[in-house]
Amino acid sequence: MAGAKEIKSKIGSINNTRKITSAMEKVAVSKMRRAQERVAHSRPYAEAMRKVIGNIANGTIEYRHPFLTERDVKTVGYIVISTDRGLCGGLNTNEFKRVSQDLKAWKDKGVKAEFAVIGNKATAFFKRFGGKVLAQQSGSGDNPRLADVIGSVRVMLNAYSEGKIDRLYVVYNKFVNTMKQEPVIEQLLPLPKAELSARKHSWDYIYEPDPKVILDQLLDRFIESQVYQGVVENAASEQAARMVAMKAATDNAGSLMDELKLVYNKARQAAITQELSEIVGGAAAV
Amino acid sequence: MAMTVQLDVVSAEERIFSGLVESIQVTGSEGELGILPGHIPLLTGIKPGMVRIVKQFGEEHLIYVAGGVLEVQPHTVTVLADVAIRAEDLDEQAALAAQKKAQEAMQHAGADFNYAEAAAQLAEAIAQLRLIQKLRKK
Repeated sequence: MAGAKEIKSKIGSINNTRKITSAMEKVAVSKMRRAQERVAHSRPYAEAMRKVIGNIANGTIEYRHPFLTERDVKTVGYIVISTDRGLCGGLNTNEFKRVSQDLKAWKDKGVKAEFAVIGNKATAFFKRFGGKVLAQQSGSGDNPRLADVIGSVRVMLNAYSEGKIDRLYVVYNKFVNTMKQEPVIEQLLPLPKAELSARKHSWDYIYEPDPKVILDQLLDRFIESQVYQGVVENAASEQAARMVAMKAATDNAGSLMDELKLVYNKARQAAITQELSEIVGGAAAV
Repeated sequence: MAMTVQLDVVSAEERIFSGLVESIQVTGSEGELGILPGHIPLLTGIKPGMVRIVKQFGEEHLIYVAGGVLEVQPHTVTVLADVAIRAEDLDEQAALAAQKKAQEAMQHAGADFNYAEAAAQLAEAIAQLRLIQKLRKK
């Protein structure tokens, strides 16, 4: 029975791997549900804020905030959100590919780029890829907090205010559904015009202390909340992608085990047949 | 029946309160504010502290907010609450920390990156070993 023992141990090891992948799949399913809830929870804030900002920006105040005015693009800034851990299919790879394409387009126009990265995978990528990384943040885990992104966002906002970057984008994986996650690049600064559609009947507020202070405060919070939403959306995508990847791995391990079992049984039967024919042959010779 | 106004208290991480209320008491950046239905449109910063609301039918409710912005419109009131107490110097500290991390991460190889490199080296070593074994067998 040559090889039977090896096949048997191979089956055992694949079975162990399958146990792990199926456990990871189940964990991802439950985490995904929570991550989706978090996405839903962070939405009302961004919506409420968008309305208020739109109202002020289209209001009658003379003050033009630099975040609202377009200027010539010499340098672009990206906040790239990735996962901290791997084993989630092509999620990060697709996202980085999308960023590289975008960068190439800018490069052809002679525009430079600077980055803020969130997540270990993006850090590793930009280390290899090269690029001026202004800020880094990782290890926010399965329960990302707004406080985790404040630092990185602040760095980019300062860079924008100082004129070091002329545009700011955020890159993350949008959660479309469990099977589909799409890398998206959204413009944060200057605020896209479409975001600021006015309400039908606009009214003049009383501002306390004055519009400038409140608009400053609101815009900072708004950008932060947009980035935070990217982070939670990316977290949901990560779990969904991991779930799908681990399901595929579990299925593959199952079919591999079936095949190996077949090989093992064939080997066992061959050994029995051989033994029998040897006995019969031996008896005939006597 | 008392007049009511729709109140939404939202933060970046969750919706804290949503419903009809009879009155709202809050500490604005310029002083204490009491909002009743029909208040003139107002936009103001709020200080960290309690928001006291009287829900429809007179039930009282207290919510803690760590600062934020209060918006009053003719028919709705919105509190955009911060998730944590914010201060200029604290934000700057967070920014500096993020910058420092970026420099460290770009200089020293991260744990993750090391792993990828080590895996590649391992694969190479295995390939070499296989070649040596094959050559020996021949």
